[in-house]
Amino acid sequence: MIVTLVFFAGLMSVAAWWLVRQGLGTKPWLQAQPAAELVATGRPSLPTAKMGLGVFLAVAGLLLSLIISAYVMRMDMADWQPRPVPRLLWANTGVLVFSSAALHWASVAARRGNRPGVQDGLLAGGITALLFLVGQALAWRQLAVAGYRPATNPAEAFFYLITAVHGLHVLGGLVALGRAGTRLQAGASMVKLRAGVELCATYWHFLLLAWVSLFALLAYAPSVTWFVALCSAPFR
Amino acid sequence: MGDVADAAGAAIPHPDSEEDDLYHPHSWLTKYVFSQDAKVIGVQYSLTAISIGMVALVLSWLMRLQLGFPGTFDFIDPPAYYQFITMHGMIMVVYLLTALFLGGFGNYLIPLMLGARDMVFPYVNMLSYWIYLLAVLVLVASFFAPGGPTGAGWTLYPPQAVLSGTPGQEWGIVLMLVSLALFIIGFTMGGLNYVVTVLQARTRGMTLMRMPLTIWGIFTATVMALLAFPALLVGAVMMLLDRLLGTSFFMPSLVEMGQQLRYGGGSPILFQHLFWFFGHPEVYIVALPAFGIVSDLIATHARRNIFGYRMMVWAIVAIGALSFVVWAHHMYVSGMHPYFGFFFATTTLIIAIPTALKLYNWLLTLWRGDIHLTVPMLFALGFIVTFVNGGLTGLFLGNVVVDVPLSDTMFVVAHFHMVMGVAPVMVIFGGLYHWYPKVTGRLLNETLGRIHFWVTFLGAYLIFFPMHYLGLLGVPRRYHDLGQTAFVPDSAHTLNAFISVVALTVGVAQLIFLFNLFWSLRHGRNAGGNPWNATTLEWQTPETPPGHGNWGAAQPVVYRWAYDYSVPGAERDFIPQNDPTAVGMTR
Repeated sequence: MIVTLVFFAGLMSVAAWWLVRQGLGTKPWLQAQPAAELVATGRPSLPTAKMGLGVFLAVAGLLLSLIISAYVMRMDMADWQPRPVPRLLWANTGVLVFSSAALHWASVAARRGNRPGVQDGLLAGGITALLFLVGQALAWRQLAVAGYRPATNPAEAFFYLITAVHGLHVLGGLVALGRAGTRLQAGASMVKLRAGVELCATYWHFLLLAWVSLFALLAYAPSVTWFVALCSAPFR
Repeated sequence: MGDVADAAGAAIPHPDSEEDDLYHPHSWLTKYVFSQDAKVIGVQYSLTAISIGMVALVLSWLMRLQLGFPGTFDFIDPPAYYQFITMHGMIMVVYLLTALFLGGFGNYLIPLMLGARDMVFPYVNMLSYWIYLLAVLVLVASFFAPGGPTGAGWTLYPPQAVLSGTPGQEWGIVLMLVSLALFIIGFTMGGLNYVVTVLQARTRGMTLMRMPLTIWGIFTATVMALLAFPALLVGAVMMLLDRLLGTSFFMPSLVEMGQQLRYGGGSPILFQHLFWFFGHPEVYIVALPAFGIVSDLIATHARRNIFGYRMMVWAIVAIGALSFVVWAHHMYVSGMHPYFGFFFATTTLIIAIPTALKLYNWLLTLWRGDIHLTVPMLFALGFIVTFVNGGLTGLFLGNVVVDVPLSDTMFVVAHFHMVMGVAPVMVIFGGLYHWYPKVTGRLLNETLGRIHFWVTFLGAYLIFFPMHYLGLLGVPRRYHDLGQTAFVPDSAHTLNAFISVVALTVGVAQLIFLFNLFWSLRHGRNAGGNPWNATTLEWQTPETPPGHGNWGAAQPVVYRWAYDYSVPGAERDFIPQNDPTAVGMTR
């Protein structure tokens, strides 16, 4: 559970840093304010939807780190049999990088009020994300044809689980992207559009970051056994 | 706000849509059924949770019938008994307590206590309730599925949960896991709302340190639940794949009835880690809202400002963070490195410090207070003693050397029910008696409430105190029938029968409460807007029950903290949070 705890500690330090800035040391019983000197709420300056996405990403990140934890714990056992990694995953990673870049482009365009730019960015991002999913499905097929099925071995089971969970997150993102696209088609105001596109871009960067971490784990994880050994050394 | 686009290079601002996003219902259906109003959703959550909780209550009666009078009831055979245990535990912990505290109280109180018009994402909030309802229905469906619900115990430990000897192996376990996954998805939707509403939708003047402790408790518990439930989701999905696709996440190589199963290479301990990474925070997910609500009940009904508000807030946050590093104390008997046991025992005992701090602050709030023994206050006081009792035996069980011999006895059942069963339920009742007038405009009947309290409170002690003793005798938990066990004296059987009789009596007392809920809807005394003379914002709404949008024309402005009771020099013995008079500034 080391991975989960490290991620959790990260979240907690962000929360602690934020809480400390909220005046947790103030003595509210001494501060009955008449109307003129009303204190501000100390509300964060982030828009509500962005805050919502941030909280969601923290939850999704913890979900992935729990799966990684489970994977690492299982891998640490003596009978672990590694499984080949389809080369296709490299191509898929490239596609997802492009997808993420396209959405970043869309969000920059939205900030500048460039409507055609937003449209191109969303379209490129959406199509490449779909392509990524097709690529992942092909990778599954390659593995299955080579005889590595979910029930063959825990290593395969984890591979299918991890890629499926990530793929579901991509699918969810595509729904949001589709909504932003429909809004664009309906001629929504640039202000609303910008909010939606920026959320999509943030989410796509998260998807990319998550995938790169997961891919590194799936492809190269055995090389970190020294790290596991180091962390568990005090308890041996 | 119009389209500001296309002015070359001009930055497009973020939408500033606090007011214009309030959703307005257009028909009866969208007002009361598919409502996006947090108040309606809160009531829906509460009613659903109480209904499914009644099912779990009946299951506990059946279990007590078997334990008190073994062999008398033919239909309670061992598989049925295990199914009752499993469903009782899971329903009470997840579908009743979590849903009622966060979905019920959270939805109703967060916007009102913060001076907001509604939750920030009302549509997602509505979805949250309907997915929760679906989860409950899937769970109930398992009672009618072939083979019945799962009997794996509420912790659902693999491999036995998936093996054919366990009742409900065909459908029950699948429906249970699907239902849990749905619950978690629904909860995450609601939880996002609660957290972001607290962060973003507080009214003017409502700083974090002016929030009532109820909100602090619900807020912290929601953050914890958002971080803890994914562990259960991962565990549930992985076990579901083990059961349906034949993967081996948790299933080791097994021989069952002479047959080598197709599983191989899974780790059952892995599930325990995932389950308890959720399971322990879950205790505090239920306890923290209870702490918060009880603080407000005590301050209001003792007419005193809460003692040590800052410490109370810090303690809630500290307990929330600490509760994530104690999970393995549920796994002492699963076998672990002694250093790990030492570490987890230490962290477990450390939690007692902020918890004890809260207890002292409650006592000091009561000290020389103007205590009104109203029904909510009775339940709040009942909570405090019960929580102390349950908490103290928790200190026993947190130690590895004490836990190992006691782990599989009735002592654990007694401890757990005191601290996580009776104590939070006391707060739920206290909260329902306290806020019912706001929801309906009428007070619950006082006499019925007092009968309900005393039977429940005394009954709970008559049930669970002797159970500690049974545990120390070595009476095992989870057993369908003790049979002829040498070390269990006859008196233990008599005691078991006694406990069962009291349990049924307490059960009947809950029917009084249900009757009161419906009877007072029509015949209760008219409450007015603020029957308890409370300071917090939910009692200052222009209408009771609060209308759509909560605040009429303008949202309230907050000038002071939530606990200005009995302020010297003030006209009345309470000053509402939105009262701008300057009394109380210089104390």
